[in-house]
Order: sequence, then C-alpha cells, then structure tokens
Amino acid sequence: MKLAAVPALASPARAQQLPERIDAYPTHQIGGFAVRAGHPLPFGATPVPGGINFSVYSNHATAMTLVLFRRGEPQPVAELPFPPSFRTGGVYAMTVFGLDAETCEYGYRADGPYRPHDGHRFDPGKILLDPYARLIGGAEQWGIRRDAGDQYPYRAQIPCDDFDWEDDRPLNRPPCDLVIYELHVRGFTRHPSSGVSCPGTYAALTEKIPYLRELGINCVELMPVFEYDELDNPRSDPAAGRRLYDYWGYNPLGFFAPKAAYAATARYGLAVDEFKNMVKRLHKAGIEVLLDVVFNHTAEGDERGPVISFRGLDNATYYMLAGGGQYYNFSGTGNTLNCNHPVVRGFVLDCLRYWVTQFHIDGFRFDLAAILGRAPDGSVLANPPLLESLAHDPVLRDCKLIAEAWDAAGLYQVGSFPGYGRWSEWNGRYRDAVRRFLKGDQGAVAELATRLAGSADLYYQRGPAATVNFVTAHDGFTLQDLVSYDHKHNEANGEGNRDGDNANLSWNCGHEGPADDPQIRALRNRQARNALLMLLSSEGIPMLLAGDEAGRTQQGNNNAYCHDGPMTWFDWDLVRRNADLLRFARLAIAFRQEHPVLRHGAPARSGQQDNALPAISWHGVRAWTPDWAHHGRLLAVMRYAGHGGMRDCVYLAANSHWEAHSLELPALPDGLAWHLFADTAAQPPAEIHEPGREPPLHDQTQARIGPRSVLVLTARLPGQREQR
Amino acid sequence: MQLEMHMDGDVTIIAVAGSLDSATAPGLRQYLEEMVSGRGPVLLDLSRMSCLSSAGLRVLLVMCRQAERNAARLTLANVPADARQVMAATGFLEFFTVADTVAAGVQELAA
Repeated sequence: MKLAAVPALASPARAQQLPERIDAYPTHQIGGFAVRAGHPLPFGATPVPGGINFSVYSNHATAMTLVLFRRGEPQPVAELPFPPSFRTGGVYAMTVFGLDAETCEYGYRADGPYRPHDGHRFDPGKILLDPYARLIGGAEQWGIRRDAGDQYPYRAQIPCDDFDWEDDRPLNRPPCDLVIYELHVRGFTRHPSSGVSCPGTYAALTEKIPYLRELGINCVELMPVFEYDELDNPRSDPAAGRRLYDYWGYNPLGFFAPKAAYAATARYGLAVDEFKNMVKRLHKAGIEVLLDVVFNHTAEGDERGPVISFRGLDNATYYMLAGGGQYYNFSGTGNTLNCNHPVVRGFVLDCLRYWVTQFHIDGFRFDLAAILGRAPDGSVLANPPLLESLAHDPVLRDCKLIAEAWDAAGLYQVGSFPGYGRWSEWNGRYRDAVRRFLKGDQGAVAELATRLAGSADLYYQRGPAATVNFVTAHDGFTLQDLVSYDHKHNEANGEGNRDGDNANLSWNCGHEGPADDPQIRALRNRQARNALLMLLSSEGIPMLLAGDEAGRTQQGNNNAYCHDGPMTWFDWDLVRRNADLLRFARLAIAFRQEHPVLRHGAPARSGQQDNALPAISWHGVRAWTPDWAHHGRLLAVMRYAGHGGMRDCVYLAANSHWEAHSLELPALPDGLAWHLFADTAAQPPAEIHEPGREPPLHDQTQARIGPRSVLVLTARLPGQREQR
Repeated sequence: MQLEMHMDGDVTIIAVAGSLDSATAPGLRQYLEEMVSGRGPVLLDLSRMSCLSSAGLRVLLVMCRQAERNAARLTLANVPADARQVMAATGFLEFFTVADTVAAGVQELAA
C-alpha cells in the first residue's frame, strides 16, 4: 500500500521511515489519505507511529466525518467519512497516516436526527470542535478573531505532550497549611506597571513568582484557564462606549485546552508547554496550583446560541433538557451541562485526570458546584454519582476538591454539599459573618466565634480542612472596596446597575468612594487589616483575592466580569504606594505559618496535651467571660497547644465597637509572657511585628484594644524567640 | 532551511538559516545526529533562523539530550530575540547552553 502524498499536511519525517509497528500500515484510502481503523481509546487526537489517531464518540449520531485543515486556512484540505467498520458502539476511530501534527487542524461533522423537541440537533453542515481538543487555534490573540465568516472558528490542534517535568509532581501540602491566592492570569500582569516581558500571560505569572513567595502564599487558584471566548458579550459600557468582554472566562469552549490568548507563545503553538512550565516553576517555589473549573455549563448558550461542539455532537446527552427539548438554566448562562449523565461523568473525569497527569495540577475549585449534584432532570440528588466518582478516583485521590456549593437557581449547599469526607467548600457563611462583624452589626459575635473556629456547625465531620475561608473573592467587592462603599457601582457593566449582588454587607466608613479625610482613610486601612488578620487567624483554609494585599480597587464595581482594563488589572504601583498594607499581609501570613495552633485545630485538641490551657477558649473584656449578648461587639479567642515542651498560644481579640476597651488578659502558666504581634489601632509600621520578634507587653494582666480594631498576642517565654 | 558547516579548531559550527519547524526539523536532526555523536563540540549559529516552531524547539532539545548522553557538548549562539523569549516562556531555555556570539560560544566550547 502506498502512502498518500498530500503535501500540505504530510509529515516529512514519518513518510520516509519504515513503520516499526505492524498496525502502522494503512488499510484504506479515504479523502486522499492513507488510513486504517483507529484505536477507540484514548478519545481525542493522539500521535501514533506513522500518523495520528482520531477518536470521537456520540451515542445518537448516525454518521461521522473527520475534517482536516491546514493550520490557518479557511477551507478544509480533506473530509474523511468514517466507514461503518471504523465504529465501535458510539465511538468513531480512525488512524490517518502521514499527517503532520504541527500543521494540522481538525474538526468533525456529525450526522443524525434534527428533532429539537426530542433533544437532537444534528446538523452535518456544521464543523464541530472535538470536546477532547487539547489545544484550540483561532483565538491566539486576546480580543482578536479570525474572519467572522469562518465556518470553523475554533479549531482543534494537536500539541506535543513530551514536556520535560524532571522530577516535578503535585506538592500535596496538607490542606490546612494552604494560603490560597485567587488570581486572574491576564489581570495579574496585564497592567503596564507590571514590568514583565509579556504582560497578561502564563509566562508573566511565572515571572511574578518572587512576589508571590515574598508575600508568603503557597497556593494560587487560577480563575478559568480553559479556552473561552472573551468576546462573548454583546454589551458595551454606556458612558465610555467601550466594548465589554467576558473577561473572567466562566464560559468554557474546550475543557482540555489551556486558553491560548494567555500564552505568550500561542502563535508558535506552545501554549501547553508554557502552561506546564508555569506550573513547574510554581511548584519549585513551593506554590500549589488550583484551577477554577466550570463544569456546570458551556459557551453554547441556549437554543439561540452557537453550535460549537457539544450541541452538534450529542445535544441530548451533554445538556439537561426539559420536556420539549428546552434547555434547563441552573447556571444562569442559558444551558446546564448534564453532569450526572453517565457519558458526561466520564467526560468530566477524563478531563480532570488529564489536567492532573499532564499538567500536575494540585486541585480544583468547581464553579457553581451545586449543579454537579443535580440529576439529568434537574432534581437534586442525595448521592450524586459524579461527586462520588471524583471523591474516590485514584488519579484525583490527593487533589484538593473545592466546591462553590451553590448554583444560580437557588440551591445553596454550604455545609451540606455531598462531600464524601473529601470535598471542601467555599464558605460563603464565613464571608458573611466576618463582614457583618466588621461593619459593626449587632448580633454578629456568636456567629463570628463559630466561623473563626472552623465552622464546626457546618463541618464537624470533615474538620477545618473542609472550610475555605474568605472575605473577598473575584465575585464581589475587593477588600479596599468593601471598606469604601456601601453600595455596588456597576453602571459601567451596561445593565443600569441591576447586575451584581445587592447584599454586600459592606461599610464605606463614612463616605461613599474615594475619600481625602484622613480619619476615614485611617479607618479604612484599619478595617482592611482587621479583615486580613481575622481571616489569617481562622481555622480552615484562608483564601485571599489577588491585589487585596496592596489595596486594589474596582471603584465599587462588584461584578467586574466584563472589564478588561485598569479596573480589573492589578496596578503594580500599589505595591509601592501601599507598601505598609502589603507588609501587614505578608507578616499576617508568616504568623499563620509560624503557629500550627492556627492551622491545625483538630489535632491540637486530641490527646497527649499538657492541658495547661484549653485548646480553645473564649474571652471578653473580662478573661474567661465572653459576651454573647446580642448587642455585644467584642470577642476574644485564645488557642493553645502544648506537648513535649513545645507550646503554641495565640490570643486574638476583635472589637467592632466604635470605642476602645480595656481587656483583662488570661493568666499564663509557667512563666510564659504575652507578646504583641499585631494591634491594628497602632500607626504603621508599629501595628504589626515580625513573627518571633514581637515585643513583650509591659502589663501582662491587661491590654487596650482600640475602636474597631483587632489585637493579636502570642505567649512565649520572655527573651526567647518563638518555639516552632 | 539551509545548513552551512565549518570548523573553528575542534568546534563544528553549523549555521541554520530559515524556518526551523516540523517540515525542516527532521533534516536538522538527521544532520546533527552524526555531528553530536563523537565528533567533538558543536555550535549552532541561529542568527539567520527566521522562525522556530514547537517541533523545531523539540529537535534542538532532543539533540541537546543526545549530546549529554554522548558526553558531547552542544551550544546555541546568536539566538534571535523572539526565539529566546519563546524558549524562556516555555522553560526550554534552561536546558540549553547559550552563548551571545559565535566567538563566545567557541571560546566556551574550546575551554
């Protein structure tokens, strides 16, 4: 049999070599290419000796055609219908010989019934993106698309998978040791002040690793990095007339492909390598990588949306459909991925395994994860097979799995998400409790106590590793805005300020927006520090929003998903301008890392303790006498662990009252003395100290806590550095 | 892609001109396989390389690995700025020995 000579796509190397495998000889000629029946597994496009193996499945298609392009050319080079003998069940597989993976792009045409009422929307006139595409061409440059008339704008490509990881592997840090830093890959370095060589890219994030190390975080959570369409937003900013984007990217087109426009090397087809290098370097710096993944919907929208991939391949399988074939919309975006359908479950699992094995990802945060517990008819499952599979999968065994345990249709599962002893949750109730206390609400003390101590009311079974604590996240105000605005200001989003949450539990400290009044500014600085200190002294996994450590603002916009500009980009001049806040955040993180008692609530309460003090105790203005009254605005918590001569003791007092108070301090055993770590009422830089170098308190019996302030003390032998 | 070879002392200098991509990489590979298998140190002068693709980058790295295995030495010189940036962004750069000029590379290899 003669190899087909198709110059445009032929692989010069392989065409000349004699195949070394006996299945590397073609059996058929289709569309001018030498082919043979392919391997049904693995799905997707896989280089094999002499060619490329293509495998795609659809349980409802009646015929499938492989469409081959030369990279960047509008018209296909060839169309290769799969002969019936190349089909196994619903899987179509074909090995095409002599193809060059680097210059080839491919898609599929799927034929089958077009009966929307029954859920089927096959249209062989459309060229479809492979759901397993590992690299997607057509959107290599942010905000720029190839011709609008292109019949196949998002094209599957075939990346190399031979990245040299050396001995890298996921870091597997204990969950409670993590300090998560949530960032947007583009926004983190896109600002001209970032000083990196390729702003807004994976490579640029790699360049910023020294900053992350200095800050002390040990885990980054990347907002969506699966390929998405940032231009998928019909609105514009009414005042400025600028176009708006889908900047955040909760809108996946391809679940296996890293977003090409985040790669400095995308035009060379190297986005996969660049991403892997970023993970490898972060790991070398001791920083884990979590991905924010969106498995609740796709970019195809409802019946008015585009046909990109899933809808054309097997609509009735991939989407939750009501009677009459209408799309359920639990995600608020038009469609809902049918994630507990057995086929889709397999797809999700394949995808996560791919990211763990190929990209060494340390864990995942699942957007609107409550949807992952819904049945194909939308009902809420007690024992959702998808979540159970992910919890017990051997490849994912050591991964962090974090749920955003609610959805856009009112299902709120914080504390009740089916976690199989394995899943953690974004603790929305932690956020709300800290915010209520911070703004000085009455009745906030008792819940604050529960939240600082690991939210045992929600997570008694799973322990503090189940609660991801946060005060701010991408969705909502930044920390600076939380203390500068009473209300959201989303006019620039083009929806008349109707979008975004109205319940922000924020307080502007006396003036809405930027203020010159030094008292207001000082109060805001203090409130931001209060929030950071409470967050980083709470049991559970703390998560910071990137930029909060430097006072980043979005001018009161609490739903900035659509802005690609200075509002959402990290202005690196803030690092200099707000150096004292950054220092505060750095030291608060370092203090947490120095004090196991803040991280490991549960073990500290187990046996072999010297019991000199309780593991956790509550105090008020009087030691041992917390004030749980509704009008109370002051709370102190002391944590202690002592065994084998190692003693770790931290006292935190939080006062949301507008007056100062004198605190009676708990007496310490065995010559231990109170040392002052942080007092947010003090003027920077005296408001915080280097861990291990805290000055002793002159008066060991009482301390003053200022108005709306947080005070943190640690106990150790006088004159000694902290025991570690 | 065109290849030109000359010697500077023990050092074999190969100048690569044109695009190094999946179409041309196998040619370079075949050419280099002989060079890095026991004929002394090799320097690749990339000053006239117009484009470096994923496959091209890989051939360079495979040759580098091959050289290490044979205890031979391979240096890249005059790496164009954008190619260097691609190598840096993908982490390949740290695997290569890179010299700013041919002369500097030869000096290093001859040492």
